[in-house]
Amino acid sequence: MTAVSESMTPRPGPPLWLLAELTYRCPLHCVFCYNPIDFANQPDELSTDDWLRVLREGRELGAVQCGLSGGEPLLRDDLEVIVAEARRLGYYTNLLTSGVGLTVERARALKAAGLDHVQLSFQDSTREMNDFLSHTKTFELKNRVAQIIKDQGWPMVMNVVLHRLNIDHIDRIIGMAAEFGAEYLELANTQYYSWAFHNRDALLPTRAQLQHAEAVADIWRAKLGERMRIFFVAPDYHEGKAKKCVNGWGNMFLTVTPDGTALPCHTAKMLPGLAFPNVREHSMREIWFDSEGFNRFRGTGWMKEPCSSCEHREEDLGGCRCQAYLIAHDPTVADPVCVKSPHHGQVLEAVQRAEAGVALATEHPLVFRDPKNSRRLSTRQETRSP
Amino acid sequence: MNAPAASTRPRIGAGFRLQWESAQGCHVLLYPEGMVKLNGSAGEIMVRCDGERSIEAIVGELETAFNARGLAPEVISFVEIAGRQRWLTWE
Repeated sequence: MTAVSESMTPRPGPPLWLLAELTYRCPLHCVFCYNPIDFANQPDELSTDDWLRVLREGRELGAVQCGLSGGEPLLRDDLEVIVAEARRLGYYTNLLTSGVGLTVERARALKAAGLDHVQLSFQDSTREMNDFLSHTKTFELKNRVAQIIKDQGWPMVMNVVLHRLNIDHIDRIIGMAAEFGAEYLELANTQYYSWAFHNRDALLPTRAQLQHAEAVADIWRAKLGERMRIFFVAPDYHEGKAKKCVNGWGNMFLTVTPDGTALPCHTAKMLPGLAFPNVREHSMREIWFDSEGFNRFRGTGWMKEPCSSCEHREEDLGGCRCQAYLIAHDPTVADPVCVKSPHHGQVLEAVQRAEAGVALATEHPLVFRDPKNSRRLSTRQETRSP
Repeated sequence: MNAPAASTRPRIGAGFRLQWESAQGCHVLLYPEGMVKLNGSAGEIMVRCDGERSIEAIVGELETAFNARGLAPEVISFVEIAGRQRWLTWE
């Protein structure tokens, strides 16, 4: 950044959201996972003391929501210690889990530590598809865990990632969330990064599938009212409209990965030519205000055409930098999902392939997120081409 | 929940937490993965919603604290809106 644009950029507000990705280890092998393809090459995890310091420094900066995520955060046996410190510091503590490992005993211990909320992910409403998509036998377990969450009095957010293979079960998915007594249901259309990008052709739904799903969600909204809030995360490939990714780069969101790398979003580490700081070497204050990685795409000063003169530039801030890199191979251009992007044709092509149903399983077999595939794909450097 | 009346004793809804945030300079209401910043009067009402005080008592306290009168309609209408959002609950 030049001195001129720096002087024109207002000092950013606090990072309201601290996402602590405690580990990349995970018992599930979901085909749409957003953890980096090469996660298996990053085995070095922060210690308990490192995390406690990150929490303290984040809170001093003004962070107030703390997400404990992964991988599967329950695989850290110091999770209760981390939750207790986060709660003591005044964070609202959110556990984002597959449910694997959430026994009654563990739930009680987390409740005692002050955990505020649990978000439970489901892959589908049917045992067959849930277990196939996650490559595990976890459907019955998730049903039991949903009950454990309710028994502890936690508000429950159910999260289901939607795609071609489960979106037609939407009616049953919503029905199941309502039966479990979830307060919130996130129907999150797959965002195509990392493993999901690699499996994109098999996961992109058709327009008809999306329209049906939205219509069914609307019917349930009308029926349930305030009892269960249903969020439908828009599928940006189909909408021709860029999203304001993480509500703006370095604007309110700060992720710390298992090895201590600090990122403005959970997938930004894939971007080339950007140095992201590590919490082992820098304070959270230096990271948030002064690091190159967090300043690079703040605001609108970095933009090129068509973004820099676009009337929507403040609304979407140019969309997602990772999507620009993945599709246009350049993180400094407009998000290709935008109709104004010169690379939008590649997004349309992917959507048209989905419409034509050409992505047969035999042509593009689904690749499951596991350490073996991670090592194979990272050595072959296939992380960018689906 | 019934419409709030003078005798209603509202409290913070399940899953929500009210706290003062010095970084924001205001009271905030925290809930799963989200936050509502409260303006001054909303904050003053919410901190008094402890399930013990009635709306009548809350109005009385506010009128004394801010040397004002006739705050009841504003308080009741806020409590009603907050109840619909599940920020507040009552018997």
